[in-house]
Amino acid sequence: MAKPLKAFGEVLKNLFKKPATSQYPVKKHTPAQHYRARIKFTPEECIGCGICMRNCPAAAIKITQINPQDKPQTLPDGKVIPAKRKFKCVIDLSKCIYCAQCVEGCPKKALKSTDEFELAAFDKNKLQDEFKHPDETQK
Amino acid sequence: MPKITVPLGPQHPALKEPGSFLLCLEGEQIVDATLRLGYNHRGVEKAAESRNYIQAMYLIERVCGICSHAHATAYVTNVEELAGVDIPKRAKAIRVIIGELERLHSHLLWLGVAAHEIGFDTLFMYSWRDREMVMDALETISGNRVHYSMNTLGGVRRDITAEQVKSVLSKVEALERRIKYYIELATEEPTVIARTKGVGVLPKDEAIKRCAAGPLARASGVARDTRKDDPYLIYNELDFKLITSDACDVFGRLYVRAFEMLESCKILKQVLNWLPEGAISIKIPVKLPPGQAVNRYEAPRGEDVHYLKSDGGLNPARVKVRAPTLANFASVDYMLKGDQLADAPLIIAAIDPCISCTDRATIITPSGTGIMIWQDMRAHGIEFYKRKGIDFSKVKVM
Repeated sequence: MAKPLKAFGEVLKNLFKKPATSQYPVKKHTPAQHYRARIKFTPEECIGCGICMRNCPAAAIKITQINPQDKPQTLPDGKVIPAKRKFKCVIDLSKCIYCAQCVEGCPKKALKSTDEFELAAFDKNKLQDEFKHPDETQK
Repeated sequence: MPKITVPLGPQHPALKEPGSFLLCLEGEQIVDATLRLGYNHRGVEKAAESRNYIQAMYLIERVCGICSHAHATAYVTNVEELAGVDIPKRAKAIRVIIGELERLHSHLLWLGVAAHEIGFDTLFMYSWRDREMVMDALETISGNRVHYSMNTLGGVRRDITAEQVKSVLSKVEALERRIKYYIELATEEPTVIARTKGVGVLPKDEAIKRCAAGPLARASGVARDTRKDDPYLIYNELDFKLITSDACDVFGRLYVRAFEMLESCKILKQVLNWLPEGAISIKIPVKLPPGQAVNRYEAPRGEDVHYLKSDGGLNPARVKVRAPTLANFASVDYMLKGDQLADAPLIIAAIDPCISCTDRATIITPSGTGIMIWQDMRAHGIEFYKRKGIDFSKVKVM
């Protein structure tokens, strides 16, 4: 059965309501708990297994070894010092789709998802997120 | 009276997506309609073959923005079937929760689009405002509004905590009240009735003949729903009704979608209140044994069919996606015939088309040379635009 002006009451009610739009740039937005944005890398934790690179759907992450490959050393008393490998990481933010599969797959929790989402830049080179190993920075 | 042909599209004919409709008019009446697709082909299926199973999942999720969970779940179910594993019940329940929230947000989005096409922008604004409740619920659970990335091979990635259940339940209850109001509004407001009753008629026999799927088929009286016909996940344990309508027009489609939203709220309340305990995922090997699998999933727009073939390697050998819109496009030209030109956008929007879902394959064969490879296609594209007078001297061609 047709009843005209059915939405009129709702319209009147909404005249006295606060706007539904969030005032984003003025008021900062707080993302949800599991929000996935910029990925942070901790070079000291990385063991270079390459699971993140293998599973990245956008091929956005690149982890490279910075020191030449050394061999594990055996001390006179039989102790073995494992080979120390150091890694740096470059994440291409223009390629990253922020699925956080790398964070999921990382066995050493070297990669972490943050809620930093304001990542736009005018220069594409600024979108290369580089995480240097502290030893490399000293040189 | 002389006949004139009016092109509708390819630049957003109804929704903001490319699809071309050639309408042959006699006065204001449409006497013939031709459909042309393929403007949005992205080569997703081929691209999936060069990725491993987990990478392909994120790619398949991006086939569509609205039903991303539908595509991802259908694909993941195929992978799990090939690996021969049964995933934990809690993971299945979480998949159902996301799937039903997705159905709610898709139908509310459609309600807004349909209201906009009718010219009833008040309803459009209100329904999209209330859709934010679903989006917030999805963000609470998955961390994101559109691409939830909830699935993983062998289960789901994130668990639902008791607090999240509480907050989602309160949102679902608030939404249910709003949906009831919209049902009242849409079925009693004379402007909605005048613009939708008797428009885009698709009789039952024609709907069956043209293999209509989802709400379009159900609005023509065809009781077809994968959740009932071929229950997947935990749908066989849930209590919900299959909504059909005998109206066979746009009004029927509005009715079916509106009441389906209520059913989705009912399912959500059941699953959220009786969430099974246990693990949320199990491990799946990197390489799958050779074989093939087909699975169906009731996406918000209709039946979504996925095919997966494995040759024992790291990557899928073949992925095939049949999006529901492709099945529904066959009915569009029939529905357009005999209607007014002004109703054409509404009729097109009434099937809830998702053109980026649909455009799975384009075969361009200039002068019958067969299927083109990527380099040829690129060269052909450059040559095509050069002929149109576009200067390529400043463009770096790799």
